[in-house]
Amino acid sequence: MGDALKIKVSRANFFYGTHQALHEVSMDIRDRFVTALIGPSGCGKSTFLRSLNRMNDLIPGARLVGNVELDGENIYSSGMDVIQLRRRVGMIFQRSNPFPMSIYENVAYGPRVNGITKKRVELDEIVERTLRGAALWEEVKDRLSRSAMSLSGGQQQRLCIARALAVEPEVILMDEPASALDPISTAKVEELIYQLKRDYSIVIVTHNMQQAARVSDETGFFLNGRLVEFSETKRLFTAPSMRETEDYITGRFG
Amino acid sequence: MPDRQHTSKHYDQQLRLLKDKLLLMSHQAEQMIADAIKALVDRRPTLAEEVITRDDTLDHLEVEIDTLCYEILALEQPVARDLRFIATALKIVRDIERIGDTAVNIAERARELIQEPELKRLIALPMMAEAAQRILKESLDAFVNEDAEEAERVIESDRPIDDLYEQIFRELLTYMIEDTRNISRAIKLIFIAKHLERVGDHSANIAEMVVFMVKGQDIRHGTRVDRR
Repeated sequence: MGDALKIKVSRANFFYGTHQALHEVSMDIRDRFVTALIGPSGCGKSTFLRSLNRMNDLIPGARLVGNVELDGENIYSSGMDVIQLRRRVGMIFQRSNPFPMSIYENVAYGPRVNGITKKRVELDEIVERTLRGAALWEEVKDRLSRSAMSLSGGQQQRLCIARALAVEPEVILMDEPASALDPISTAKVEELIYQLKRDYSIVIVTHNMQQAARVSDETGFFLNGRLVEFSETKRLFTAPSMRETEDYITGRFG
Repeated sequence: MPDRQHTSKHYDQQLRLLKDKLLLMSHQAEQMIADAIKALVDRRPTLAEEVITRDDTLDHLEVEIDTLCYEILALEQPVARDLRFIATALKIVRDIERIGDTAVNIAERARELIQEPELKRLIALPMMAEAAQRILKESLDAFVNEDAEEAERVIESDRPIDDLYEQIFRELLTYMIEDTRNISRAIKLIFIAKHLERVGDHSANIAEMVVFMVKGQDIRHGTRVDRR
């Protein structure tokens, strides 16, 4: 586990038109750490997550004031290649969204369009490596040409993780990656997150606090667009320093 | 624990039930120590017998409290102050149970001593008993009121009990040297003093856990591991 800084967010303020969704949020996201973001609905945690690879750019009227640096480079600077940024900072969504293609093509598509390779042999190698990385290879190796839609929900989500890994990202953002999954699939995804942090930085938004507690190294608690507390996960869940955090995680809220 | 309510009422009720059981148990342990000493000083064998039988209730409560803690851990997955409260409950229930055992030991020695003539008028021992009961009461009050400052005062006030123990030990030693026929009774009194000293130690343990419960700081063994 490294301690190097991967993403540095400084005094980020985020607006949807006139509505301010984030207020002065600063956070250091460490390399090869799992960073969990928790908080009640509408607290700004997903907005924050999406601002890390400029996913919010797609929303009209959305803008960020402040600084988000990936390896020391401001990702909101005019010179930033957003496509390239999203390759480096991949994203996994709540609802698995495989392409309506074969399992193989779902993984091979990214490397091919990103110009990583077009050679069949190399693509075969990427597909196997990333499916293994996503802990799905053993389950699908004999039916790679079958439609991705034939997979179970949990398998589809791991396929989406494989697809994200195939373009060689550095950071993986996960927005409620297991909330639509059954407990066994959830456990597999959580184990996968644990494995992936050896090679990637992971930022995960989850409503499931026990999941945040289980998988993450550091946790940030958001409330009303502010980052109330950000600390080591084991500390936050045993002796948080802020009253609001304590109220939220112990369920004395609202 | 909860000064404000949980969104889940059931969870709140479980925590309250746990606290109530701990209060009941600690009240009984306190009473057992008081009565064991009273049995000795006032030479009341039936009271000593009574203390010994009351230990069963305490043992039952210990098992009930343990079970309730495990249920809450498994079903509610407590975190933060709730987690520290459960951890504290699991620890102090042992101390309270041990205090009960101590009361039984004192009552047993009292029962034997009552059958023989008084070795001497007891002065320092009741003083020590009073000090031990006071520190026990204060540590339990600190727990009930979730008062870390009071708990820290309790830890400091363990000292006079140790001093009284030393004093009683030396005094009884002279009785034994003076006349070997005193030895049996003197040793029993020393045992009782030792038991009271243990009550002080258990009380200090409880107080240390209260500090942990309230502040998230582990101050045991002279360390101060800050969880915040």
